[in-house]
Amino acid sequence: MKEILWLGRGGQGAFTAAKLLGASYTIDEENKYGLAFPSFGPERRGAPVRAFTKLDTKPVVDRSQTEKADYIVIIDDTLYSPQLQSLLKPTGQIIVNSKNKIDGVITFDADKTAAEFKLPTANTIMLGLLVGISGVVTTENAVEAIKGYMPAKIQERNISALLKAVQEVAK
Amino acid sequence: MSRKFLSGNEAFAEGIRLARPQVISAYPITPQTIVVERLSEMVEDGSLKAEYVHVESEHSALSCAIGASAAGARAFTATSSQGLLYMAECLYYAAGGRFPIVMMNADRSTALPWNIYGDQRDSLSQLDSGWIQAYAENAQEALDLALMSYRIAEDSRVQTPYMANLDGFVLTHTYETVDIPTHDQADRFLPPYETDNRIDLQNPKNMAFSAGPDTNYIFKYKAHKGILAAADVIKETEKEFESIFGRHYTGLTENYLTDDADYIIVTLGSIAGLCRETADKLRDKGIKAGVVRIRYMRPFPNDEISSVLKNVRAYAVLEKDISFGNEGTVFTNVNSALKKAGIEVKGYNYIGGLGGRNISAEDIEEIYTDIANGTDAVNFIGIGGEDNGK
Repeated sequence: MKEILWLGRGGQGAFTAAKLLGASYTIDEENKYGLAFPSFGPERRGAPVRAFTKLDTKPVVDRSQTEKADYIVIIDDTLYSPQLQSLLKPTGQIIVNSKNKIDGVITFDADKTAAEFKLPTANTIMLGLLVGISGVVTTENAVEAIKGYMPAKIQERNISALLKAVQEVAK
Repeated sequence: MSRKFLSGNEAFAEGIRLARPQVISAYPITPQTIVVERLSEMVEDGSLKAEYVHVESEHSALSCAIGASAAGARAFTATSSQGLLYMAECLYYAAGGRFPIVMMNADRSTALPWNIYGDQRDSLSQLDSGWIQAYAENAQEALDLALMSYRIAEDSRVQTPYMANLDGFVLTHTYETVDIPTHDQADRFLPPYETDNRIDLQNPKNMAFSAGPDTNYIFKYKAHKGILAAADVIKETEKEFESIFGRHYTGLTENYLTDDADYIIVTLGSIAGLCRETADKLRDKGIKAGVVRIRYMRPFPNDEISSVLKNVRAYAVLEKDISFGNEGTVFTNVNSALKKAGIEVKGYNYIGGLGGRNISAEDIEEIYTDIANGTDAVNFIGIGGEDNGK
């Protein structure tokens, strides 16, 4: 099973990204299963949010929060702390949206790309980075998920931003 | 059939859309809110033709559904926790009036201390209200129960309201892949509601009346027989469901590795999946573990449970409920099934998940180990049993 932990602030779309990843993975294959859920409870704009995606080739039955992740994706770098390394599997990686270099993690200035595509948040760019780095889903299926689960008027910009992020990783 | 990535609430709303209710009355409460929001969007965009009634409370939500059902309409409502408790008076009216309303309940903790997270103390406190009670494990089963519920509730042998329970958050707010049937398939499975139990100007009759000591008990007996009859109707309905939709369900309970099991956990709701996974792990270590998932608390699966537990060395009942001053209510019901069947097996009760507290794979593995060695009769996961839990 692959487990992805998403960190963001309320309004940044961490849970949307978690859902899109789950939808991408399960979009056409019969023997692929996924769960996506937020840290449960009251929702407030700006408050730290965790979201979880679990992907497997058999039904995912453990509905509890991830304790050891394959990837931690952080949409807001103020939420990064070195302690997060303890939530990683030995081969796990952390991907942070940040202008700055951070020791032991992959950083990328996703806000800059978001501005380029006139997007208010960097969630689909972070999804693109994850897709490029991990290959847990194909780019095509990630695009399909955006088409299936995002409102029509923002699909195109999000798809373009995601594709750009995937390309950045390939460089 | 289409495949979608949906939450339990959204999946249930899709199932209700396919069942074509004519009246929906609802009052929002976390974690039920999404199901009634989605239904209101469906009514708004025309994909569901129903009268959507915004009411001022849960008491009114169910009263409205009762009125609609008494007019011969297929009615739906949904609630959770304190909302269910607030409509408790009406639960008995709906059951006694034999109105086959369907209600989704998002299982949530009851106050105080106030808490919005999942446990099953809300619905289990209403076992005596005369409703059929089903418990879903995942979003697909939630959708399928929504569709099957009306067939079962409206059957002339049953005529009993139906409460479909979804664990708050871990099921209602968790997204997973769901197959959504087409309207054509759904219409073949579920015909429109027809009943004599309705207000009809051409055929006036007395409804929702008083009955004194001379006759009252007969109505209660008939209500009891109606809900008992649901056991067979559920099996017939699932058979037909499978022939149209291709998904198989197993009646009042679902067994996993029970045939040769020495130790069995009996549980209900979404935690059953993790119990099965833990049983697999223990099997690898040579421990014969099994799981019984109760799918229906009413009618209660007396025979199903006693026939499975009769050969085990010990069983545990794992539930998100406590009847203060005694034990978990599911445990009481399971023990009664064994007693009636004349079976003497050592059984233990595990209370967990109250107020949304996580039940881990390690907790479940410990239950299997504990019951093999013997422990207190009633144990609170994370605290202890009668001796160390004081």
